[in-house]
Amino acid sequence: MIENGTFKPVIVGFLCNWCSYRAADLAGTSRMGYPSTLRDIRIMCTGRLDPTFVLRALQKGADGVLIMGCHPGQCHYQAGNYKAIRRFALLKRTLRQLGLEEERVQLHWASAAEGVQFAETVARMTEQIKALGPLDWSHNWPNEDPYAVEEATE
Amino acid sequence: MSEPRVGVYVCHCGHNIASAVDVEHVAEWAYKLPFVTIARDNKFMCASTGQEQIEQDVKEHDLTHVVVASCSPHMHEKTFRNACARCGMNPYLFEMANIREHASWVHPNDRDGATNKAKALVSAAVHRVIHHQPLEPMQVNIRPETLVVGGGIAGIQAALEIADAGHHVYMVEREPSIGGHMAMFDKTFPTLDCSACILTPKMFDVGSHPHITLLTYSEVEQVDGYVGNFSVRVRKKARRVDEDLCTGCGSCWEKCPIKVLDTVFEAGLGYRKAIYRPFPQAVPKYPVIDTENCTYYKTGKCRMCEKVCQTNAIRFDAEDEILNIEVGNIVLATGYKLFDCRRIPQYGYGRLENVFTSLEFERLTNAAGPTDGKVVLRDGETVPETVAIIHCVGSRDKHYNSHCSAICCMSSLKFAHLVKEKTGAKVYNFYIDMRPISKGYEEFYHRLLHEGTTFIRGKVSEITDAAHSPEEEGKLVVICEDTLVGKQRRVPVDMVLLAAGLEPRADSSEVGHLFGVSCGDTGFFIERHPKLDPVATMTEGVFIAGACQGAKDIPDSVAQGAAAAARILSTISKGQVILEPIRASIDESRCSGCRICNNMCPYNAIDFVEDLAVSRVNPALCKGCGTCVAACPSQIITGAHFTFDQLMAEIDGIMVDVTADDPFAVEAV
Ligand SMILES: Cc1cc2nc3c(=O)[nH]c(=O)nc-3n(C[C@H](O)[C@H](O)[C@H](O)COP(=O)(O)OP(=O)(O)OC[C@H]3O[C@@H](n4cnc5c(N)ncnc54)[C@H](O)[C@@H]3O)c2cc1C
Ligand code: FES
Repeated sequence: MIENGTFKPVIVGFLCNWCSYRAADLAGTSRMGYPSTLRDIRIMCTGRLDPTFVLRALQKGADGVLIMGCHPGQCHYQAGNYKAIRRFALLKRTLRQLGLEEERVQLHWASAAEGVQFAETVARMTEQIKALGPLDWSHNWPNEDPYAVEEATE
Repeated sequence: MSEPRVGVYVCHCGHNIASAVDVEHVAEWAYKLPFVTIARDNKFMCASTGQEQIEQDVKEHDLTHVVVASCSPHMHEKTFRNACARCGMNPYLFEMANIREHASWVHPNDRDGATNKAKALVSAAVHRVIHHQPLEPMQVNIRPETLVVGGGIAGIQAALEIADAGHHVYMVEREPSIGGHMAMFDKTFPTLDCSACILTPKMFDVGSHPHITLLTYSEVEQVDGYVGNFSVRVRKKARRVDEDLCTGCGSCWEKCPIKVLDTVFEAGLGYRKAIYRPFPQAVPKYPVIDTENCTYYKTGKCRMCEKVCQTNAIRFDAEDEILNIEVGNIVLATGYKLFDCRRIPQYGYGRLENVFTSLEFERLTNAAGPTDGKVVLRDGETVPETVAIIHCVGSRDKHYNSHCSAICCMSSLKFAHLVKEKTGAKVYNFYIDMRPISKGYEEFYHRLLHEGTTFIRGKVSEITDAAHSPEEEGKLVVICEDTLVGKQRRVPVDMVLLAAGLEPRADSSEVGHLFGVSCGDTGFFIERHPKLDPVATMTEGVFIAGACQGAKDIPDSVAQGAAAAARILSTISKGQVILEPIRASIDESRCSGCRICNNMCPYNAIDFVEDLAVSRVNPALCKGCGTCVAACPSQIITGAHFTFDQLMAEIDGIMVDVTADDPFAVEAV
C-alpha cells in the first residue's frame, strides 16, 4: 500500500487462538509497539490453515503473509502445528516456483507469554518486506506469466 | 432468504481505543460496508448501556448480525454473545474485531495506521459475519468426580473443600506422601505457628475422607476428553508394600540395613532407609521400597524387611498398576521447586561447607529433622555465633529469574528469628528491598527490627573463605556493597543461609501440555486472566492453584485451592456445562471415502463408516481444531464457525482498502 508517497507493507496474519493470538493480546496489554502493517485473522489452530487462505491474501493485494502458532510440541490440539509445518513447506515450494521471495510468506511460533517476540517478529518482517517493495501480485503476476501458452487461434 | 442486516458498534473504551483510533470515523466508514444497517460508536460497549444499545437496535432495526469492534474476544466475546442472545438472536451471529489489543494499544503514536488497521479489522468482521450460521452450543453433563494433581497445601485445600461438599475427589501425588513443601517446615511466618500442627490434621482428613481416593506415589500419564468428561490414566507405582496388610508399625525401616541420603524430604541433610516413610506424619502411613537402593533388587539377597514384617505385607514382585479414572474437572496444584543455588558459583553453595539453602535450614530447625531442631554447622555440632541470611537468591536477577519469589523476605525474617531464638547468634540479613506485603507481615518485620537483627541493604557479590584479616580467619566472608552507607563491606560469619527463590517445577512444561495448560515466560502455568480469572485456564475444566501458578505463600495457596474448588462446585451443582459448538462435520453425500482426514485427527474423532464408505466425525470427541477441515481434498468438511467461506470472506474484508478490484469499493450506500 502506498501511504503519503511511501510504501507501507500490508501483511495478513493468521494467528492460532491459543498461543500466538494471545501473544498478540499480551503485546497489546503490555503496550509493546510494532508497525501497523499486520492485519490479523484468528484461526483456532495453525492446523486449520488452508494454503488457499495464503494465496487468497496475496491475490487480494497483501505484500506478505505471516502465520503464527504455538511452539512445536505446545499446540493446544497436540500436533496441529506439525501439520502446518508440512503444508507450509509444500506451499513455500509452490510459491518459490511462482517467483515469490522467501520473506513474503513466513511461519513463526509465539507462546501466549511471548508478546515481545510477537512484536519483534512483526517489526522484522515489516522491514524485510519494505526492502522487497510492493508485491501487487494480482496485477503483476498474470502479465508476466512465464508459463503462458500462446493463444490458440482458430 | 432476506438480506442480512448488520449492526456495527465501535467502542472508544474510554480513551483506551479512542486515543489512537479515530473511532467516530471508523463507525461512519463502517456504515458504508455491505449490508451494514446501523453503525455506531460508543464510549463503553461492555457497560450495560452499550449492551442495551445492541439489544434495542436488534429489536428496532431487525438486525440479523452484530459486529462489535472493541477489545480482545478473549476478554468480552462472551459478554456480547450473551447480549445478542438476550434479544433472541443466535449468539453465533456475532463477531468481534479486536481494535484495542491489536490496534490502539500497539500503535499509540500512529493514529492513521491504527485507524486504518481498525477499519480493516471491522471490515473483515462484517464480511465474515454475514456468512455466520446459527449454532447451538452443546450441553454436556458434568461428572461430579474431580481430579486433584499434587498434594501440597493448595491441592489438599481444594480436595477437602470438594469432598466436604459430598463429591468424590481423586488426589494424585507423585511422592510417597502428601504434604508438599509445607510438611518440611517447622514454623510458618508470620505467626510462627507450628507447620505440622496445622498441616497434619488436614493431611489426615484427606487420607481418611470417605469421598477422597488418595493415589500417592502415582502420576498422571494421559488425559483425554473434555470438560465434564475427562478420562485420565494414572500410573500407581508399585510401593511393594501391601497397603491392606501394612500397619505402618515401622519395624521394616528400623531393621533395614541400607541408609540412603534423603535429597527430597530432608533436602540432603538427613538419611532414610531403602524402605522408608518420608516423615512420621506421612499420609498414607505405608512405606515404599526404593528399588534403586534396596539390596534385594541388586543381589537378590537381604529380605530383612520381609523377615521382620509381622503382617507379611512386603511384596517384592509387586508391579505398577494402571488406573483409568473418569472425572469432570481437574485441579493442577503441582507447586514449585527451589532455585538451585549452585547456579550462582560466587555464593559457594556446594563448595563452602557452611553455606546452606533455605530448605536445608528448614530441616535444621525442624524438631523432627536430622539434628532434632538444633541449628548447627555442617559438622553437626558447632553452634554458629554469627549467621548471614542472603535474600533474593536467584530471584529478581535477569541472569536467573526476573520474578520476585514473594516468600523469601518473609522466610528470611523467619530464619533470623529462629536463629536468634535457638542459638543467640548475631544475625545479618542482606536484602535488596524489603517486601513484607501481606497481612501481619510488616508487623513481623518490625518485630525483627526490635529483636536486634542487623539489616544490610545491598546485593551480595560474593561469599568467600579467603581471609583478608585475622578476624576473617576460618570464617565465611560476605562481601556486599551497603547501599545505605555507600561503602563496600566484608562481614565475617560462621554460617550463611541462602533464601533461594521459587521456580516452576522442572517438568512444568510437559505436565502443562498433558493437561492443555501453557506456561508463561517465567515458566509457571498461565491463568485464564491475570486479574479476573486467576485459577481457571484456557482449557475448560482445568484449574490451577498454589505455587504452580506463580510464587506464593501458604495463605495465598490455600485461597487459590479454595477458589478452584468453588469454581468446580458451581459447575457440579449446575450439572451441565455448555461447550462451544466449534466442531467439524462431514458432508457424507460428497465424501469420497479417501480417509485422509482419519489419521489427521489428534483425538481419533473421525471414524470410517465401512458400509457407506464415508468418514464421520464424532462430535463428542472433536475439539474443533480444524486440521481435518484444511486437509480434506474435496473440501467437504466444515469447521463450524471457521468455515471456508467465513475465512475467505474475512480475508477479502481485511483487504478491502487494498484490493483494486474490490467489488464493494464503489458501492457506497
Ligand atoms: C524455605 C521456604 C520457607 C517457606 N516458609 C513459608 C512460611 O513460613 N509461610 C508461608 O506461608 N509460606 C512459606 N513458604 C512458601 C510455601 O512453601 C508455599 O507457599 C507452599 O508450599 C505452596 O504450596 P503448593 O501446594 O502450591 O506447592 P507444594 O508445596 O510444592 O506442593 C506440590 C505437591 O505436588 C506434588 N507434585 C508435583 N508435581 C506433580 C505431578 N506431576 N504429579 C503429581 N504430584 C505432583 C509435589 O510432590 C508436592 O507434594 C516457604 C517456602 C520456602 C522455600
Ligand atoms: S493451537 Fe496454536 S498451533 Fe495449534
